[in-house]
Amino acid sequence: MSVILGQTFTGISIGAVLLLIALGLSLTFGQMNVINMAHGEFIMAGAYTTYVLQKSISDAGISLLVALPVAFCVSGVLGALLERLLIRRLYLRPLDTLLVTWGVSLMLQQLARDIFGAPNVQTRAPDWLTGHITLVGGDDPLTVADNRLFILGLAVAAVAALSLTLRLTPLGRRIRAVVQNRDLAEVSGISTSRVDRTAFFLGSGLAGVAGVALTLVGPIGPTMGTNIIIDAFLVIVVGGIGQLKGSVMVAFALGVLQSVLEYSTTVSVAKVLVLVAIVAFLQWRPQGLYTLRTRSLV
Amino acid sequence: MNALKGRAARAWYGFAAGAVLLFAVAPAALSDFRLGLFAKYLCMAMVAVGICLAWGRGGLLTLGQGVFFGLGGYAMAMHLKLADAGPGNLPDFMQLYGTATELPWWWRPFANPAVALAATVLLPVAVAALLGLLVFRRRVKGAYFAILGQALAAAFAIWLVGQQATTGGTNGLTDIQGFFGYDLHDPVNQRMVYFVIAAVLLLVVLLARQLIHSRYGELLVAVRDAEERVRFLGYNPANVKLVAYVVAAGTAGLAGALFVPAVGIISPALVGIVPSIEFVIGAAVGGRASLAGAVLGAVAVAWARTALSEEFPAAWTYFQGLLFVVALAFLPGGLASLPAVVRRRRAAAPVAVGEAA
Amino acid sequence: MSIRLIRSLRSTGPGAPRPHRRRLLAGGAALTAVVALSACGAKTDTAGASDKAAKIDVSGDTVKVGLLNSLSGTMAISEVTVRNSLQLAIEEINASGGVLGKKIKPISEDGASDWPTFAEKAQKLIEEDGVAATFGCWTSASRKAVKPVFEKNKSLLFYPVQYEGLEQSPYIFYTGATTNQQIVPALDYLKAQGKKKIYLVGSDYVFPRTANKIIKAYAAANGLQILGEDYAPLGSTEFGTIANKVKASKADAVFNTLNGDSNVAFFKEYKSAGLTAAKMPVVSVSIAEEEVKSIGPQYLAGQLTAWNYYQTTPGAANDTFVAAYKAEYGADKPTSDPMEAAYTSVHLWKAMVEKAKSFDPEKVRAAADGITFAAPEGTVTVDGATQHIYKTARIGRIGSDGLIKQVWDSGEPIGPDPYLKGYSWASGLS
Repeated sequence: MSVILGQTFTGISIGAVLLLIALGLSLTFGQMNVINMAHGEFIMAGAYTTYVLQKSISDAGISLLVALPVAFCVSGVLGALLERLLIRRLYLRPLDTLLVTWGVSLMLQQLARDIFGAPNVQTRAPDWLTGHITLVGGDDPLTVADNRLFILGLAVAAVAALSLTLRLTPLGRRIRAVVQNRDLAEVSGISTSRVDRTAFFLGSGLAGVAGVALTLVGPIGPTMGTNIIIDAFLVIVVGGIGQLKGSVMVAFALGVLQSVLEYSTTVSVAKVLVLVAIVAFLQWRPQGLYTLRTRSLV
Repeated sequence: MNALKGRAARAWYGFAAGAVLLFAVAPAALSDFRLGLFAKYLCMAMVAVGICLAWGRGGLLTLGQGVFFGLGGYAMAMHLKLADAGPGNLPDFMQLYGTATELPWWWRPFANPAVALAATVLLPVAVAALLGLLVFRRRVKGAYFAILGQALAAAFAIWLVGQQATTGGTNGLTDIQGFFGYDLHDPVNQRMVYFVIAAVLLLVVLLARQLIHSRYGELLVAVRDAEERVRFLGYNPANVKLVAYVVAAGTAGLAGALFVPAVGIISPALVGIVPSIEFVIGAAVGGRASLAGAVLGAVAVAWARTALSEEFPAAWTYFQGLLFVVALAFLPGGLASLPAVVRRRRAAAPVAVGEAA
Repeated sequence: MSIRLIRSLRSTGPGAPRPHRRRLLAGGAALTAVVALSACGAKTDTAGASDKAAKIDVSGDTVKVGLLNSLSGTMAISEVTVRNSLQLAIEEINASGGVLGKKIKPISEDGASDWPTFAEKAQKLIEEDGVAATFGCWTSASRKAVKPVFEKNKSLLFYPVQYEGLEQSPYIFYTGATTNQQIVPALDYLKAQGKKKIYLVGSDYVFPRTANKIIKAYAAANGLQILGEDYAPLGSTEFGTIANKVKASKADAVFNTLNGDSNVAFFKEYKSAGLTAAKMPVVSVSIAEEEVKSIGPQYLAGQLTAWNYYQTTPGAANDTFVAAYKAEYGADKPTSDPMEAAYTSVHLWKAMVEKAKSFDPEKVRAAADGITFAAPEGTVTVDGATQHIYKTARIGRIGSDGLIKQVWDSGEPIGPDPYLKGYSWASGLS
């Protein structure tokens, strides 16, 4: 019993990480249909921001909390810059963006290597995030790690903030209008290019926040983005483009599926099975879990 | 009609020039080592031919070509490893890392050269047909299709790595000595392999050209540009796409098979996400919709990778990234569209002068 | 497939006039015939006759050597430090007059963490640059990819990383530990400490799988119990499940053969699962000072490692090495076992060349046996038969300052035994 519960918690925590790295994509890919392969490098930028801040702010807890907004801005600005310089030219060729941003991601990785050195760098986690909470004591205890809870909380907060922004603010209304019918939005007086840039800033900024969270559980190095980026895209594809709730459900579902399969088989086999399951799922629902009904024909 | 004749004549001249370049100029001008590398680039070009058909003509962003390249490559390498080991023996890596004392059942058919050769093309074709049948029926397209391809490439690479005892794991299948009885260490045989690759590439280009200029080719472009209209006219776009996808897979498989004797290794590093993207980038830089563009682009990108990394071992990825960004963001039609762009600029210039005057 | 489509496949479009096509096909057939005629090389059964020796470029007052490491891609995190220490050794040798009166000119190539690229670059170094020897490679996969290239061209590779053994190429010198100089002593140590139940965690590739095979054979013969065995894909950063399994197993110790990035995630997870070095120590064979620095002593303090060298290893040779490295690359940069093995490999090559009085690989190989060098890890001796070197095994404990303190050593250098022929329990392994 405790194994099942333990694995479910592990799965949820995997899901929280997945959700956090996929959340920014749900804006740039999900809403704007841009396949940005450099998204992983924006995550990397967030992680390196944490590292740099920790050098000047010695208290690990404070530097981590300060890193969240700073990384959001650093990655957001990088994203807005990328949108302004390159992606703007490519809105009519969505698949080309994938290849162009792949080139950008190669350059950003090399840049990180030249600035911070090729080896991974370390950040210290604050003491209040290195322990765990015991849910069930006794001989076979069931515990949940503090850093995982923190990431889960962060993911929930980010989802809430993003969905409230999209639903309640004028900016969110404009983004949704552009997604549903770009021409009509333009005709109604919305500056679509400005909306695009803002949406890209937000999406990339969320990648930066994910980067800060990843320093608690994973390595910080030049290639940290490449390992996770495809998983993040899969979350959006399976969840359904343009739908936040789809991404949330799928991130947790994939996390739990992965952890349950890992326990009964091996990590490699679990990974392959999850990918095969995704391909099969798309047979059943080719547009993902939730589809957004738009008036566009494509 | 004249225009058509002109196009066919131009293609024939281009083809003849390509043949002269491949069979006379390159072998004379390049050292054994460079010719070997060139053979590798030609394999990349062969994959690009399929991508040109499926992506450039059919609009399918095939981001999983590594899978088919790998299937072809492994099929060939498995046979060559068995041939190296001799009848009844296990390949060297199985003796070292394997647990089984006899050959796994799925290795056995590859001992037969005819079966292995056929499998290099038929295996990827079968996988692509099965997958395409499912995916295109369900109208999965665009970004979905691209990400799906990536997922498959990742899954296949992880699976290969996990089966160390039977696939060689991360190492892949290395140290391939012979090619159907010919010793691959002999430079003369290496040249022979180059000539085989060059001939197959020309043949593949030829067949692709026939396909592109057939009625099917026109239908494929129609599906790319207005799928709903094609459906409305009574065709089934799923089948049209399927053919392009399957042909691209078969071409990639063939390229993988020929890559093995040219380079002497096949490994999961050639199967996963990164190589799959690199295959597509070659075709995109050259010009995805043009056969010549895709082939030349693939060779150029592969060559640039070698040349840049030799010249700037510590900073070449900057240049490579820059090449992709500049070529794709600013030249949508790839290098093949460069003449047309220049012509348009030239044509535009006098007008500006006229206005000023 | 619809009938209409099949028909459309068969029919020829207006764009492909028949006469032209026939001419094209005829041309293709002619070319194929040319190809068939040109094929007249050696058959496999006469192999060896065509093998050629590498041409070494000794013109001028320099001799070239190749440096082949990954400077980009996922392996760059480890391999760049090896490159630095190779360059340090070359600078030292050049400053003291070079080899046989010639200055060493390093030719740098990037393996790009891609095995076929390693093979391509090795071929380039040998054939176009005419290098006298090549130093580099890290992963077993890259070594396996270049091995045939060095054997075919009869050129030398110096490989500086601990590896899984079961290999002995006449053209490779192995200056890192083989299994009986690292893994077996680590198991001996665990056994002596009374650790009976071991859990195995590794990356999914050749070194961990082979190492674990050896560990299981050792365990069976020595009364140790292997409670579980888990592999994570290379680059994997999710270790929640593995940490759960390890925790549930209640093992006495964990034997860790994870590589690179995965270690970071594993140790962070290990700590948050409440597992400690005191309760369940982890013995790692791929975590050196550089990795400690990138994971953080916060997560590693108290854990064990098995190597042949630590930055803290006493001795004048090491003091000089550490000081020189820090002067060159920065005071905060640590030195580690693979870096030391790389540094040593260049000096060993120099000694071999000077004994052979020639750069010719065959003569260098013949001169190799018994060559010694006062390396940072202590004096090492080349074993001519296996082309490995005698190394002292050392178990270390990671301190909270990020340095590794030795807690046990084998006393004297252990002779290399890549096929574990001297161990009866290993008879079934190869």
